[in-house]
Amino acid sequence: MRGAMECMVQDLSVARGGVPLLQGVGFSLVPGEALVLRAPNGAGKTTLLRCLAGLQPPLSGQVNLPEEGVAYASHADGIKTQLSVRENLRFWASVHGVADIGEALERFDLVGLQTRLAGHLSAGQKRRLGLARLLVTGRPLWLLDEPTVSLDTSAVALFGDVVRSHLAGGGMAIIATHIDLGLPEARVLELGAFKARADTMDTFDEAFL
Amino acid sequence: MNALLIRDLRLAVRAGGGFGLGLSFFLILVALIPFGVGPETELLARIAPGILWVGALLSCLLSLDRIFALDYEDGSLDLLATAPLPLEAVVAVKALVHWLTTGVPLTLAAPVLGVLLNLPWPGHLWLMASLALGTPALSMIGAFGAALTVGLKRGGLLLSLLVLPLYVPTLIFGAEVARRGAAGMALETPLLVLAGVSLATLALLPFAAAAVLRVNLR
Repeated sequence: MRGAMECMVQDLSVARGGVPLLQGVGFSLVPGEALVLRAPNGAGKTTLLRCLAGLQPPLSGQVNLPEEGVAYASHADGIKTQLSVRENLRFWASVHGVADIGEALERFDLVGLQTRLAGHLSAGQKRRLGLARLLVTGRPLWLLDEPTVSLDTSAVALFGDVVRSHLAGGGMAIIATHIDLGLPEARVLELGAFKARADTMDTFDEAFL
Repeated sequence: MNALLIRDLRLAVRAGGGFGLGLSFFLILVALIPFGVGPETELLARIAPGILWVGALLSCLLSLDRIFALDYEDGSLDLLATAPLPLEAVVAVKALVHWLTTGVPLTLAAPVLGVLLNLPWPGHLWLMASLALGTPALSMIGAFGAALTVGLKRGGLLLSLLVLPLYVPTLIFGAEVARRGAAGMALETPLLVLAGVSLATLALLPFAAAAVLRVNLR
């Protein structure tokens, strides 16, 4: 069981738009652990997370993640503005085969907003709805790309609590962030050390695939 | 899959969802034809099946770029791609929703609009039958084209250019069924070919569209 749940990345290289960004990235996570990715803008945090989420193939290296176990939260929240908060969340819950959305609404303090159209929410409220989606995926590994953008301090604390209880329940999280989430137990991976040396790829054929 | 179907149908009928866009375009187009061509009922009756088919095809084209573009813009498509639902099923559901919101209303409206063009009587039934058989292919081919152009800004032009040639077989055989139906001629052959084109499209294109979506999401 433990082997299946583990998360292992070895010698991973990723590229964006034909430019290699990172090479030789390696780390492993066991249930209950969190990893914080730190790097300057444009260093490849998002590309690395998209690669881990399976949205783009790596240049080289190995990624072993729990099968069907990844919940990805990108910059965009995937919210439909014409649907209410509850309808948005219920959609993602039923896509992932989860019936109950009450806990997710409660944990992100959205209960009072659930009948509101998502288009009428503020940026921070939208972000909270986007993050609440993670709770209805029922997946062990969370890949979070700048999760705290446009959240106020109390919402950041709320989010920190949610991540902590996810970890306590045997979940894992890989978080790209610039700010302190109040997770002292999380390991920090400085991506600057893995910066790719080559500037361009010799065999760039992405456009033809 | 049901969840996605219900969500997309709900989005289509809410404000700004674009439901009825194709239908009203079809209505306007067909209503304008007699003004442009003149009031000769015999001529109108002769061109009616072709006009109605071309009109239905263009109305279908109008809402194609929305199939994936909206989900791409708000990030839903990335999230759907990482969800347990296979991308092939996502494509199939999206095409089904497009058909339900465009193809079905067009099929139901076409015989009524046939009256405006003086379509002879048994032709209405065959027009409806040919549209019912052909519009699923139009939606599926359109979903494939939308998947090809999903990452592009203002991809609508390219989408039309890509999709229109692929629409030609459906148009030829669909209009032929309607024409022969109106003229009271034998129509088994074009009807079978039309059904064949639609079935082949529905069987193959979800896989092709899912493959190009995966490339476009990189």
